[in-house]
Amino acid sequence: MNAYVGTPTSRVDGRAKVTGTAKYAGEFTADGLVHGFVVEATIPRGRIVRLDTSEALKVAGVLDVLTHANRPSLADKDEAWKDEVAPEGSPFRPLYDDLIRFNGQPIALVVAEEWETAKFAATLVLVDYEQDGFATDLEAERGSASEMDKPHRPRGDAKGALAAAALRHEADYLIPTEHHNPMELYATTTVWESDGKLTVYDKTQGVQNVHKFLCAVFDKKPDDLRVISPFVGGAFGSGLRPQYQVVLATLAALALKRSVRVVLTRRQMYGLGHRPMTIEHVALGARPDGTLDAVTHEAVAVTSRYEDFSRNDTGWAEQLYKSPNSHFSHKLVDLDVSTPCDMRAPGAASGVCALECAMDELAVALKLDPIELRLKCYSDRDQSEDLPYTSKQLRECYARGAEAFGWARRTPAPRSMRDGKELVGWGMATGVWEALQMPVAVRIVLTSNGHAEVSCAASDIGTGTYTIVAQVAADALGLPIENISVRLADSALPQAPVEGGSWMAASSAHAVLGAAEDIRQELARLAKAMPDSPLAHLDAANVALVDGMIGRNGAAVSIADVMRHSNIERIEKEKLNQFAEDKSHARNTHSAVFAEVKVDEQLGVIRVTRVVSAVAAGRILNTKTARSQILGGVVWGIGMALHEETAMDHRFGRIMNANIAEYHIPVNADIHDIDVIFVDEPDDRINRLGIKGLGEIGIVGVPAAIANAVYHATGKRIRRFPITLDKLLD
Amino acid sequence: MNNFQYSRASDVADAIRLLAADPGAKLIAGGTNLIDLMKENVERPSRLIDISRLPLRDIEETADGGLRIGALVPNSDLAYHPLIEQRYPLLASAILAGASAQLRNMASVGGNLMQRTRCPYFYDTTTPCNKRSPGMGCSALDGLNRNHAILGTSESCIATSPSDMGVALAALGALVHIAGRTGDRTIALTDFHRLPGDKPHIDTNLGSGEIITAVELPPQGFARNYSYLKIRDRLSYAFALVSVAAALELEGNAVSEARLALGGVAHKPWRSLEAEAALRGQAATPDHFGRAADLLLQGATARSHNGFKIELARRAIMRTLMQATSATPQSQSHKKIA
Repeated sequence: MNAYVGTPTSRVDGRAKVTGTAKYAGEFTADGLVHGFVVEATIPRGRIVRLDTSEALKVAGVLDVLTHANRPSLADKDEAWKDEVAPEGSPFRPLYDDLIRFNGQPIALVVAEEWETAKFAATLVLVDYEQDGFATDLEAERGSASEMDKPHRPRGDAKGALAAAALRHEADYLIPTEHHNPMELYATTTVWESDGKLTVYDKTQGVQNVHKFLCAVFDKKPDDLRVISPFVGGAFGSGLRPQYQVVLATLAALALKRSVRVVLTRRQMYGLGHRPMTIEHVALGARPDGTLDAVTHEAVAVTSRYEDFSRNDTGWAEQLYKSPNSHFSHKLVDLDVSTPCDMRAPGAASGVCALECAMDELAVALKLDPIELRLKCYSDRDQSEDLPYTSKQLRECYARGAEAFGWARRTPAPRSMRDGKELVGWGMATGVWEALQMPVAVRIVLTSNGHAEVSCAASDIGTGTYTIVAQVAADALGLPIENISVRLADSALPQAPVEGGSWMAASSAHAVLGAAEDIRQELARLAKAMPDSPLAHLDAANVALVDGMIGRNGAAVSIADVMRHSNIERIEKEKLNQFAEDKSHARNTHSAVFAEVKVDEQLGVIRVTRVVSAVAAGRILNTKTARSQILGGVVWGIGMALHEETAMDHRFGRIMNANIAEYHIPVNADIHDIDVIFVDEPDDRINRLGIKGLGEIGIVGVPAAIANAVYHATGKRIRRFPITLDKLLD
Repeated sequence: MNNFQYSRASDVADAIRLLAADPGAKLIAGGTNLIDLMKENVERPSRLIDISRLPLRDIEETADGGLRIGALVPNSDLAYHPLIEQRYPLLASAILAGASAQLRNMASVGGNLMQRTRCPYFYDTTTPCNKRSPGMGCSALDGLNRNHAILGTSESCIATSPSDMGVALAALGALVHIAGRTGDRTIALTDFHRLPGDKPHIDTNLGSGEIITAVELPPQGFARNYSYLKIRDRLSYAFALVSVAAALELEGNAVSEARLALGGVAHKPWRSLEAEAALRGQAATPDHFGRAADLLLQGATARSHNGFKIELARRAIMRTLMQATSATPQSQSHKKIA
């Protein structure tokens, strides 16, 4: 029974969000709430030799200035600071010691009665540093790159095959540092409860991750702390790890025994994680017919000096394209910057961008249509483990996308299409992401009034988790969606991992199914036990919950009657769903992205006038929120192609465009027609509902499709992103 | 942000008095730039003198057929004023090319002229900047200078003026009316802003204790053959890499009067009387436009990252003159370049 799953159901939290009743971390308050303002380091590497807070402390209304020298106790073992998604290394600890590891590092927290007072007093904190030599320039430090300890398994002899290939394309593609820039600023309100326990309202993608982390860092018992994050105004990966403001707000609350709020400034958010700058070297060797002999992809990526962050930039070619010889490697360069972190489609957004630009360049060299080349190399198996896919409708994505876009009308030569003073370019690219699923527990409380509350610690970071959980629960319990209330993102609720990796839709939906099944069984048992039960002769396994009734083929009773007869006010079931381990198949989502650009021939001004994204991602739970996900990914992909770049002045090791006026993302004027197509992709192997997840796939391939369209329009191949108009002049 | 005193001026004379009484005081109207700068600790006024309620919001016709625009007229009101739309569409277009609707609603005409550069080193108090802290040095000279000036620069400063409105006002030959302790005076808009020289911390020739009361437009509005073209890194809400205001009077295909001004390339709206003279009496053809562009860009010099601006400016000048000639001005809402 699918009254809701698969339909364009509007967001159940939409009204709360647009009317302002949805509360975010920085909006919670408490009696006696005070405000912390962060003082940041202004050098990238060195040591604090003097930190004079005396003038700041003189300001009326200032309560304290916390520094490494006077703070309360913090854990001293790395293990305590390692959250559930921490990379290898020694995590950053705010206000821990006098060492400066990156420009923008928090070095003091001014706490005052009013936020403005704290902000003003922060300017009076005097700091002297002993500065050490530092490096922030990946290109200058490329030579110091070291191989990650988990290289992909090479296949065949890629080097030899490349050398012998009839046609070869080889190039570096450069993806700059990018920052997430969620609309909501990072914020924590730590409430000091009357019993000395702490309620921490935090902007995070994982309340239980933050909960465990805070308990370890502050040596607290699980019951001493509760972390709540009902709404998140965008995070995109930046909130997977606990961010430093949650430590500072909690530290200050413990120091002052008061409720404390810390809200970061936009500039300070550039001291959090970022998409690491990468130099992506791709080499393709092909036969004249377009079959590949060799693929190599080496990524050189930035990490910090204290942690080794890396993601899969280079393995995607192995999954996408048949080649007997391949070699993939990922190298890291340690720089004096904060540790990078996941950012929408981490690894794939960058790596597939390079790969798909390289494939386009190869297609040009081979004089093949870009889609034809990809079909020549199409692989029905994941070659890394030589496995079939649970489902892979990428061919259908190419076909449906090309048809919707009108690809057949493309003339292949660069500069061959035009519209007045504008050159027209059509480009395409493939997208790929993983279909991951994680253990999640859900509790359902069904009450005799026919209402069910579904609760889980998972976050909704704006993706629509509240809505899909309500849809799946409504269908599974046979209730109208208005009778379902969903509670999320409270550490006291049933277990959930961080919301990321596109895994939450499948994971939470199946957890709902599990708990709902237990409810159904309980109701069936009770219903069969009723006097003169119409279900008496039915097998409990075969009765279903539909329209507020339980039964089969007309033999049914209302849930309300069952509960009333049984003298039960509520049925509560909690179930942890674990997906059976299945290493026999590869699980991925795919897309084909088509882009039209119009480039003013003289002035180089680029407009992305059309994008078609055809996505194969299993069953679509909600065609409305799913489309929004893909639209958001496409818009971001346009930004990645044309706008986004964190500008570091390497003389100061400092980011110079740490605000969203100067760090460009697309504005409305940059966005034109975007067409999202969901290709039918039944998948009864991956999980019961056939869900794959959509959070990341929308961005993957978009930057390359646009770059390829720019080439087709202008004949200029820009391999250093973003493609700004100066790169097209000459 | 520092603590400051707040005063509300009761009239222009009161504002001038308050300014004279406190050398650290600043006037505030819309506050769209000043408050940003205060948040970044770049501006640390001891006192804000609120002039937003002064009676400087009128747009009136002058005796010679021009317009006098009160200094507190919001940018939006100016852009959509019927007399501006009909007689000075170049000015309306330039205003609408700038900022966002929300900012234009708040920003005043006088404040627009007083806005400060968006050079990132000026905004970041941790990096040297001669404009913010004279004598510290210029970080942009050898730093991230992709969007810095190519004309009228000095070894002390290569910052640009961010205003779009000012570029059109320069082309239209606007005058700035100023009131001060010693009386009122009027200066040409092209003389209002300074080149950086060795005193880049002084943006304008407005004296201490002086206040802009109005901007005056001469009668000639170039309402037929004009265009404002702004080239930027995204299609809206970004400062100009290069912008061009072009205004022509045509007799047949011959140019009888020409005005050309550039934005995004210098410390002030950039005009060259020589370039305009070269167009006068000539046919409106690409050859003559090219010569004018060369004259306007004479002396342009690039630093490490902004060399592209010279060629971009040349092409943008040519295009804008073509748009003006054909009476197909650049639309500020449809972003395809005409």
